[in-house]
Amino acid sequence: MIVATTNLTHRYGDRLALDSLNLNVERGQIYGLLGPNGGGKSTLFRILTTMMRPTSGSASIAGFDVGDQPQEVRRRIGVVFQTQSLDKKITVGENLNAQGNLFGFSGAELKRRIDDVMSRVNITDRRDEIVGNLSGGLKRRVEIAKALIHDPEVVLMDEPSTGLDPGARRELSQYFEDLRSRGATILITTHILEEADRCDRLLVLHKGKAVAEGTPSELKKRFGGDVVVIEPADVNGLTAKIEEKFKVKAQLSDRRIRVEIANGHRFITEVIEAFPGAIDSISLHKPSLEDVFLRETGESFE
Amino acid sequence: MSATVLPARTAQSLPANPSYALAVKALCKRDLIRFWRERTRVLGFLGTPLIFWLVVGSGFGNLGFYFPGSLTLNVMFSAIFSMISLIEDRREGFLLSMMVSPAPRSSMVMGKVLGSSILAWLQTAALLLFLPLTGFSVTPLRLVELLLVLFAIAFTFTSIGFYFAWRTETTQGFHAIMNLVLFPLWMVSGALFPISGAHGWMQWLMRANPMMYALSAVKKLLQPDLNDGSPSLGISIAVTVACGLLVWAASTASASKTASRSEA
Repeated sequence: MIVATTNLTHRYGDRLALDSLNLNVERGQIYGLLGPNGGGKSTLFRILTTMMRPTSGSASIAGFDVGDQPQEVRRRIGVVFQTQSLDKKITVGENLNAQGNLFGFSGAELKRRIDDVMSRVNITDRRDEIVGNLSGGLKRRVEIAKALIHDPEVVLMDEPSTGLDPGARRELSQYFEDLRSRGATILITTHILEEADRCDRLLVLHKGKAVAEGTPSELKKRFGGDVVVIEPADVNGLTAKIEEKFKVKAQLSDRRIRVEIANGHRFITEVIEAFPGAIDSISLHKPSLEDVFLRETGESFE
Repeated sequence: MSATVLPARTAQSLPANPSYALAVKALCKRDLIRFWRERTRVLGFLGTPLIFWLVVGSGFGNLGFYFPGSLTLNVMFSAIFSMISLIEDRREGFLLSMMVSPAPRSSMVMGKVLGSSILAWLQTAALLLFLPLTGFSVTPLRLVELLLVLFAIAFTFTSIGFYFAWRTETTQGFHAIMNLVLFPLWMVSGALFPISGAHGWMQWLMRANPMMYALSAVKKLLQPDLNDGSPSLGISIAVTVACGLLVWAASTASASKTASRSEA
């Protein structure tokens, strides 16, 4: 396992931010930590990037303990923060130069690396521009170039898609593929469901606990086929009546009743006929990651 | 388990091997480039002490009288306040990427301290261009000694600046603390009144003040036969350097121990 945690737990005072988390990421994967804000993703990110020691349990990257051997871990990880980490007053080239020096590269070797990362994210023609004058999308590319200068084994990105337009998001997936083809592992945190859908595997985090783990399609397949959402005229009582009559599990959340069921189209006709006038609207969809989250936590995602 | 064969990681992708000297160079160079790009900062830093010296010196009717005080004040204050860049680095996120790089924390402290020291020192050295107007006669050797002493003062006070900036969240907070600490220290440094004429308790206060030694070293270099009760050149330099090394070591220790304040 290139990234692994064992019973990783973190508390801020009385608040439990991570609760006995076990994470296992294989080399070459694009792995997503999915959850709403406050779910524990940021805490996990800070521990894995050696910014913070966990209260208990352990975490390792490439076989090195992040708490005890932070230097070894830092040599092998590339980190893209959600907030910017560039020096806006100097040029793209100067930023990359400083970053390369911090990792111990200089001279021809550093020049080769700078040329390489700049061409990989298509910013070769921006070398002499002051970072502060670049657009948001270009800045993000420079951030990525900066994180890749030492060819890290594991790239950690905090909410990489947040604030990016669709074009920039597509570019980002291309960089992920490029990295994976070079044998790197990518670990991202996200609260964007589409982004999570593009990961190889996901860990769904809620209130510091892992509530589900697997590939996106595995997670969705755990459902019995379709998801039917019913808006009742009167919230009281209908959920129990549906459960009793159809022998299914119905979940009431946010004034809506959700039922997971095979052959949902047939169920729709039956339920409307069974409770005439009690249903305002009814709809059917294939399970999404949002459904996975709702089912595992009983809470809606946002 | 999938049977996908992953590409072997090549020799060029061996993990980075951090170097103390390279990291120091990178951070130093960065601060110098930033300073040079901001011409208004260059003007402000040179202009303020120049005006101060001209006004106070002319007020006393003697441009020489206040020259050592202006030099010392300039190097100390610009040294300390250049550490505002550390707080800006944190706010802009640049500090974060330093913290997750394998460069040793000690090299990060040294890089910031050295870069800021060089800036403060250069600004003060520029003020020396006006030396001919002051009536002090200085041999080339004395001038070199003066430059070395000014650099030692710059290093000491940048280290002090680092120590406080590391613990401060905002530039406003840093200004507040520094004004609270710096101005009283400056008032009892011998720049306003000589140590020889002060009350007994005030003399003790002045002797406990690192600024007094910095100022005394500069005064003694420019006026070797000055007798105002300030310590000898040797003691002045020794205390300044010792104080600098102490605070620098303390800064390094606190930077190595914890993440920066906002990460605590």
